[in-house]
Amino acid sequence: MKILDRNSVDLFFDALKRQGFALVGPTIPDSAIVYDEIGSSADLPVGWTDEQDGGTYRLKKRDDEALFGYVVGPQSWKKFLHPPSLRLWTAHREGKGFKIIPEQDDPPKLAYIGVRSCELHAIAIQDKVFIGGPFLDSSYGLRRENVFIVAVNCGQAGGTCFCVSMKTGPKATAGFDLALTEIIEPGRHYFTVETGTGRGEEVLRDLPYTEATEADPATVERIVEKTVSQMGRTLDTTDIKNLLYQNLEHPRWDQVATRCLSCANCTMVCPTCFCSTVEDVTDLSGEHAERWRKWDSCFTSDFSFVHGGTVRPSVKSRYRQWMTHKLATWIDQFGTSGCVGCGRCITWCPVAIDITEEVRAIRETKK
Amino acid sequence: MGKRRKPKLAVWKFASCDGCQLSLLNCVDELPALAERVEIAHFLEASSAVMKGPYDLSLVEGSITTPRDLERILQVRRVSKFLVTIGACATAGGIQALRNFKDVKEFVSIVYARPDYIETLETSTPIADHVPVDFELHGCPIDKRQLLEVIGAFLIGRRPNVPSHSVCIECKLKGTVCVMVAHGTPCLGPVTHAGCGAICPSYHRGCYGCFGPKETPNTASLSREWSRLGASEQEILNVFRGVNANAEAFRKESDLHARRND
Ligand code: SF4
Ligand code: SF4
Ligand code: SF4
Ligand code: SF4
Repeated sequence: MKILDRNSVDLFFDALKRQGFALVGPTIPDSAIVYDEIGSSADLPVGWTDEQDGGTYRLKKRDDEALFGYVVGPQSWKKFLHPPSLRLWTAHREGKGFKIIPEQDDPPKLAYIGVRSCELHAIAIQDKVFIGGPFLDSSYGLRRENVFIVAVNCGQAGGTCFCVSMKTGPKATAGFDLALTEIIEPGRHYFTVETGTGRGEEVLRDLPYTEATEADPATVERIVEKTVSQMGRTLDTTDIKNLLYQNLEHPRWDQVATRCLSCANCTMVCPTCFCSTVEDVTDLSGEHAERWRKWDSCFTSDFSFVHGGTVRPSVKSRYRQWMTHKLATWIDQFGTSGCVGCGRCITWCPVAIDITEEVRAIRETKK
Repeated sequence: MGKRRKPKLAVWKFASCDGCQLSLLNCVDELPALAERVEIAHFLEASSAVMKGPYDLSLVEGSITTPRDLERILQVRRVSKFLVTIGACATAGGIQALRNFKDVKEFVSIVYARPDYIETLETSTPIADHVPVDFELHGCPIDKRQLLEVIGAFLIGRRPNVPSHSVCIECKLKGTVCVMVAHGTPCLGPVTHAGCGAICPSYHRGCYGCFGPKETPNTASLSREWSRLGASEQEILNVFRGVNANAEAFRKESDLHARRND
């Protein structure tokens, strides 16, 4: 473990840039902390935090100058690894047929600054989905290959967080190049740095770090323990697959359907949801065509449209599909849960539907 | 299509403000390409020169509000191979459908010096209430990209990419932060048909539903959330009684609030 002073953070960012990485990280364009391009530590949400609960999110001033003193925002790293819309190829008419021109996909090398533990797990889950099986998603693979991950251990939990229940946090244990813990004491603002890879070590090499003292790992543990004690939500995952499979006709699904808007916000903000649709577009001349991939959601009626109609016409069937996929069928499909407990679907649901509450309600009155 | 004759395009107007037709004229950059592919055969807003029908593609703007409209729409249908309605008036009845909630004779007697000159129907109704419609393009006004998409799709014989999901998905694809969750601003986006590209939320305003109801709109749940955020019954009534007041889901919801207001 090494120690990096707050004042060296920009040197650290410069070192990453010298290695050819563009930086993306938390920043505040208006009313929420989102992930976007950043130049220096001044672009981070310095001195800001977020207050979250079901259906509500507010930025608040902190009484210190913390760089990472917030939880997670509406966006996840999915927006870089699995872009919301992506052109897959273009085509031109040629004689009686057409010629396909493959997309020149050359994503930039990005360093992700401030990846949380639940997000590392979400990335690992999407790795499985996109590049872990026999069929590789080349656009995801290309983007993933280029990423340098700077994780940050959460110094506080949000009102909708439940990573402890899902065993995905709050401490980053794997999947990073470097992992930071931010420590603010009277008169001192610094970071402990753990290295996860050789690349990480290399970036550190030229920085003015010091070796950690014996007290530092204990300080990190204390911070993590405090975060654990602050989890806003809990979800009991005991035998969850069978719980849901045996309660597919539970009356709770009807109740949640009276509230659910089938707006799809929950799936859009979820860092593991991977569904997309494909659109073929042509221009007016009819000489050019393009194929685009766009995020889709099991909450739309088109999602399950097959010849003759929609398989899930009711909101009830869509909510049930979503929740059982996240918590049960995902396990059959990929060997892990599809939920990392980040709480985004709870915060960003306009009517505050809460996945942990829905599971609890079914568990308490199960068949 | 190659050597065949160019398909004939016609644009028709019923009770409307012309804004949707203007969306077509607004396609300045695309009009030359469009004129290459179609014969603009009947478009009075653009030219008084009119070619005879039948027409391959008819774009119909406006709602049915007079006995004369009732006859004319049958005629338009007869001369059109493919009929697409454009805008809130044609697809839902428009703002003029507010008459459907009141007594028209009373308005007429108050507004006009010679009410006996006025021949009008009790209601303003969408085109699809009267003739079969091949495709409905929503919006007030319609979105020009979507209009070009529909025409382009028609020309090549494919389904247009015009999803009927919520405006929320457009917010999320763009990376726009939700105004309901982050500001507490009531927004109609979760029950509104996508198409505008989430313009209002991008400017920190709530959506007010100019594209009409999305598929499976849960207006009751959203109204409860609006109340929780502080909207009055009157405000909720007003937002559902906009340009899409006569669209079924919005009409039913507004009727509920009208009863509660009484
Ligand atoms: S289901 Fe909800 S809490 Fe779980 S990972 Fe997705 S957004 Fe986060
Ligand atoms: S929950 Fe729905 S949108 Fe998310 S991955 Fe599963 S099917 Fe796709
Ligand atoms: S659970 Fe909430 S966010 Fe998800 S579709 Fe339903 S209303 Fe929208
Ligand atoms: S701002 Fe409105 S349209 Fe956008 S996500 Fe929020 S509720 Fe939906």
